[in-house]
Amino acid sequence: MLDRDQVLHVARLARLELSADEVQRMAAELSKVLDHIEKIRELDLDDVPPTSHVVDVVNALRADEPIPCLSPEAALASAPEPLEGGFGVPSPAA
Amino acid sequence: MSNELIELTAAVAAERVRAGELDPRELFEAYRERAAADELNAFTWVADGPPVLAVTDGPLEGVPVAVKDLFCTEGVPSQAGSRILEGYRPPYTATVVAKLAAAGAPLLGKCNQDEFAMGSSNENSGFGPVLNPWDRGRVPGGSSGGSAAAVAAGLAPWAIGTDTGGSIRQPAALCGIVGLKPTYGACSRFGMIAFASSLDQAGPLTRNVTDSALLLRHMVGHDPCDSTSVPFPGEIAAPRADHLRGIRLGVPEELTGAGRGVEPGVRASFEATLALAEGLGAVVEPCRLSHAPHALSAYYLIAPAEASANLARFDGVRYGLRVDGSADLLTMYSATRAAGFGPEVKRRIMLGTYALSSGYYDAYYGTAQKVRTKISDDFKHAFERFDFVVTPTSPWIAFELGAKTDDPLAMYLNDFCTVPMSLAGIPAISIPSGLSDGLPVGFQLAGPAFSENRLLDAAYALEQAIGFDAKAPRS
Repeated sequence: MLDRDQVLHVARLARLELSADEVQRMAAELSKVLDHIEKIRELDLDDVPPTSHVVDVVNALRADEPIPCLSPEAALASAPEPLEGGFGVPSPAA
Repeated sequence: MSNELIELTAAVAAERVRAGELDPRELFEAYRERAAADELNAFTWVADGPPVLAVTDGPLEGVPVAVKDLFCTEGVPSQAGSRILEGYRPPYTATVVAKLAAAGAPLLGKCNQDEFAMGSSNENSGFGPVLNPWDRGRVPGGSSGGSAAAVAAGLAPWAIGTDTGGSIRQPAALCGIVGLKPTYGACSRFGMIAFASSLDQAGPLTRNVTDSALLLRHMVGHDPCDSTSVPFPGEIAAPRADHLRGIRLGVPEELTGAGRGVEPGVRASFEATLALAEGLGAVVEPCRLSHAPHALSAYYLIAPAEASANLARFDGVRYGLRVDGSADLLTMYSATRAAGFGPEVKRRIMLGTYALSSGYYDAYYGTAQKVRTKISDDFKHAFERFDFVVTPTSPWIAFELGAKTDDPLAMYLNDFCTVPMSLAGIPAISIPSGLSDGLPVGFQLAGPAFSENRLLDAAYALEQAIGFDAKAPRS
């Protein structure tokens, strides 16, 4: 059901580099799972509201008061490329 | 002496420490030595000396707790079972772990798990599979398999895990211990490395129901850092019930009926437990959960969809792995993620991204959200007539390592009886109900939101009647 081009398109959206072998395996495995999942589309769900969340909480807000947070040093401690107090990355444009 | 120590339940050990009859340092060291000598690959990190953070004079003083790897713990490796976070030491601690430390429970170690909690066998860990202590050729279940194996093998008095679609209950069942998934929102998710945010919930894995209640008591509560957490109504009490008179148990045909894939040995144990429940005074009758057979499909759209968004943060910029030498940013992201994620995580990111992508959103994700509503409604109707819904926790006993790794769909079917409760956000507990072929079987009870006290009471009464006293071999 999922072909090679669709797999590559989704992989691009997901920022995931796939090997040729992975593309082939992914197409077969995802198709099989989607075939199983497909059955829910047979249900009559026209007037059913969607559930995105089970807890009845709306707009949980707190007072807008400053509280202590991580120091820049702590936040950058695990960064692969700390750079002048920020996160270094390769250039967006090659 | 240390052998006697490790056979004490956590609640008894806590009592003895408080009574001054047990030296908490001795207790910690007995477990630390065992955890450090772990042959099951249940731990990814073990404390290298006496605890420094432990509060003295707390209700859990000196009773060490093993923590699933995905709970961020300041200064301690917290890798969520993934190579993309190898060696990551977070700058802060998850609320639930901090609450247990504040109650006096020192951190024993971090437990192996399926990568980002995606799996039912622990074979998806980036740090190798966990072995089932009952039979080392078999899986412990997942994703909290390290936590379950550690408790079952006496490497830890108790542990915490997380449950998204069964990841506490199923490994508890396969390892012969008690696992409880609380009501969604009962425990803070702050500091849990997220899988599916509308489903993830922390909970206890323990040797018995009394320990489960004690650990849960110190986990629940509203946290300003998690806006989906809510205050728990009242306090989790020690369970005491010795009968089930007046309790109505509903058995959903849709999950337990013929043709649903429940193994004969699991079915026999389930039915024997229902008979025991009747002996304790419960009324056992069939109930309907019409949409439950579709829960797995809805779950395998919703959870991967949320995961695909949550896991976007692993991109080689702020922490974890970066694959260097890339010419541009986009290539760096894609190459880092390709190298850092394992096959199951890639599969779920792909599935979730597809389900959310333009042109497919309504057909897949939107439909799954509607099915979720129907499943919640089914439970609401069931709980008008019944106190609890009961099922086997897993349709199978622990299977052999490698038996299902080639067939993702077969692996997903393991969650058949546990995902409906996750989608509805309701609490459910798995207790050992017996053995089949010498391996443990789990019995699941699920109740309405925030019914944890009643659920624990019923599980306790059943636990006493079942009298499960088999133990995994101690090494």
